[in-house]
Amino acid sequence: MKLLYFSWLRARVGCAEEEVALPSQVRDVAGLLEWLRTRSDRHAEALRNLGLVRVAVNQDYVGPAHPIREDDEVALFPPVTGG
Amino acid sequence: MIRVQREDFDVGAELERLTAGDHRIGGVASFIGLVRDMGGSDQISALTLEHYPGMTERKLAEIEAEAHRRWPLDAALVIHRYGRLEPGDRIVLVAAASPHREAALAACHFLIDWLKTEAPFWKSEETPTGERWVEARAEDEAARERWTPPF
Repeated sequence: MKLLYFSWLRARVGCAEEEVALPSQVRDVAGLLEWLRTRSDRHAEALRNLGLVRVAVNQDYVGPAHPIREDDEVALFPPVTGG
Repeated sequence: MIRVQREDFDVGAELERLTAGDHRIGGVASFIGLVRDMGGSDQISALTLEHYPGMTERKLAEIEAEAHRRWPLDAALVIHRYGRLEPGDRIVLVAAASPHREAALAACHFLIDWLKTEAPFWKSEETPTGERWVEARAEDEAARERWTPPF
């Protein structure tokens, strides 16, 4: 699965993009975030407060129960501040 | 029409182009967002706008389509810049054109309110004490809610 990070999430995780092999027990966004936290201290720190993390799957906003698949593009980022 | 670009835009030329040849249009409302030199109590020397290429264009197109669904518009325009900008620089131009002012004004307001909470852009500010990411404002979320049906 392709993961993208933006804004301070990118800075905290330490990369803009990573390719991950999804464990079979990870089936939805909530499961993905839980699993990502276990990948490294940087991931754990970046994802400490999930209230500040927005998730897009294939470029659409989704909630924690949204199902995910190996060929999805998943982006994690803080609340947007454009305009 | 939507555009995401690094370079500046000419407001007069863009509005001229938006309405050219369409004589049903009786009013154009526009909003221009600029870089301020203050963030809270700190002096801002520059702003860098990052975005999510692909999703940005997609969200802006959805916002524009939603404005067309809600109001009888002849034309709508959203131009948003990214990259490093300095105080006074233009960030965003939103415009809506309609036979009558009510729809143009309301649609313009809607476009900028929705863009601020939907389009994946992030600002970081350069201050005397270093660079920092701008935090989302609760007021922006409240402004968006104003347009959530029924209204």
